[in-house]
Amino acid sequence: MNSAHQGIWILAEQSQGRIDPVSYELLGRGRILADKRKHPLTAVILGAELPDSELQQLIARGADRVLHASAAELAIFTPEPYSACLCALIQEEKPEILLAAATSSGRTVMPYIAGKMRLGLTADCTDLDIEADSGLLLQTRPAAGGNIMATIKTPTERPQMATVRPHSSRPAEPNSDRPGEICRWEPPAALLSSRVRRVSFERAPDARGIQDAEVVIAVGRGIKKAENMSLARKLAGLLDAAVGASREAVDRGWAPYSGQVGLSGKTVSPKVYLAAGISGAVQHLAGMQTSDTIIAINTDPEAPIFQYSELAICGDLFTILPLLTDKIAASRKQS
Amino acid sequence: MNILVLIKQVPESQATRMDESTGTIVREAANSVINPLDLHALECALILREQSDTTVNLDCLSMGPPAAVSVLKEAIALGADQGYLLSDRKFAGSDTWCTARTLAAAIAKIGSYDLILCGERATDGETGQTGPALAAMLDLPVLTYASAISRSAGGWRVRRMLEDGYETVETTGPAVVCVLKEASVPRLPTLAGKRRARAASCRVIDAAELGIDPADTGLNASPTRVVSIFRPNHLKHSERLSALDPAGVERAVEKIIAIFRQKGVL
Repeated sequence: MNSAHQGIWILAEQSQGRIDPVSYELLGRGRILADKRKHPLTAVILGAELPDSELQQLIARGADRVLHASAAELAIFTPEPYSACLCALIQEEKPEILLAAATSSGRTVMPYIAGKMRLGLTADCTDLDIEADSGLLLQTRPAAGGNIMATIKTPTERPQMATVRPHSSRPAEPNSDRPGEICRWEPPAALLSSRVRRVSFERAPDARGIQDAEVVIAVGRGIKKAENMSLARKLAGLLDAAVGASREAVDRGWAPYSGQVGLSGKTVSPKVYLAAGISGAVQHLAGMQTSDTIIAINTDPEAPIFQYSELAICGDLFTILPLLTDKIAASRKQS
Repeated sequence: MNILVLIKQVPESQATRMDESTGTIVREAANSVINPLDLHALECALILREQSDTTVNLDCLSMGPPAAVSVLKEAIALGADQGYLLSDRKFAGSDTWCTARTLAAAIAKIGSYDLILCGERATDGETGQTGPALAAMLDLPVLTYASAISRSAGGWRVRRMLEDGYETVETTGPAVVCVLKEASVPRLPTLAGKRRARAASCRVIDAAELGIDPADTGLNASPTRVVSIFRPNHLKHSERLSALDPAGVERAVEKIIAIFRQKGVL
């Protein structure tokens, strides 16, 4: 065993100097692992001069220590400076585990670091645990496009690394009394050079829409054609809900990729997830099974999604969705 | 100018099987196809070649069983010039680090490239890690989630699709770019292309020719190990309703509305 490596790290994210809430999900995960290993939990965050008040939130949500790499060049994510700084910190401090969010930046910088440092990395984990005997990180993810999960270990290389599906767990609750230490580090200029430069950025806030929605109305192959999408859109409009889709519905061009829920799309965790005409392949389940309440409508009584639903309705979405929409519209008019 | 496109042979959708003893994907299964996103990467390369004033050499590189030559031939039918296949039992079971390491060794051997394109992820492993890891090993910048790519003064201009919007970045030289399906619309092969592909021979490179250290490739060299695979268990005690007649539909709708009310979303 590699006992020189100590400590659980999570890679927190910020945008425009504000901590991204995905960091709090990682802290929730990291806290459990740190307690099991009896190691301290460190939140690493790269950015431009974040104030203590902001960093303190990472402590309130579970970090024993915040390690802030601070430089103007780190204000936005660029792969080379981010990975150079993280490689330097890993070499210096030798953590045992490093978790990052499976976001566009986490899924870029983590494999880049793994490539540089010869480390094992597991993508898109939906479950993490510590193996009792060995103390190794057990990294579980949906695998092989089929209906199975795989648990993966990294027996020798350290740190053990994983990216974690956003919204696959609840964020840690804040406790402003938690003690913790803030360490600031100004990386040397050599680590900050980049052969990539951002020339512009075009904000598209609704790109996240589905992940923030309280209700998601999702459709799959059962919706049959693009014109029928209006059934889902009408209902969603009444409920201020987002419209989601399975990969099959997206691949067939019925729904946009931005609404794809599942392993190769987005992970959502709304209060209510209504799946109409979705059979429930593991890839899809991976993107929605942490929803509060799942309602499924399917004509096939054997549809796998029924086993994951609080309410399983064996029936035709083409009769149920319009009636549901009408009744809700009517109740709105009355009130 | 030289462009390399990485091509992976994957099982046709939903047909992926796993070897339950090693937890790796069975690659010799029937009905293998080009990883769909790789077709988008190839299309980007073909368009860049068409737009270029200078001669562009377009190579494709794959790693897999001998049968994977078929996906390289498909790429040639679509317009690629040359195909290289890394094939050896010694490569089998490589995780993303070992795969990237083996590809990097091959690239060092076959040529120097101004642009290396790959799909953002493959439909079988779905990790999206090989492209960035390869870039790190070749000491090139990586641009992931690319939804458009064009030439810039000294390198490449890439539009990246992020969670909160679109970023446009430029490189000062060669780069590895991992593309999304938004990046292009793949063309279909022409009859002449198919004829050319049939006549073409792809170069097959084994571990000995590659000269790669056995400690850097294959299942046993891989930092990660699949230790178990299982059917997920998030089963719930469902309430089941049959809505096959009008009364059933009515009941189901009332029940859905009750849940919406209970959850405070209505």
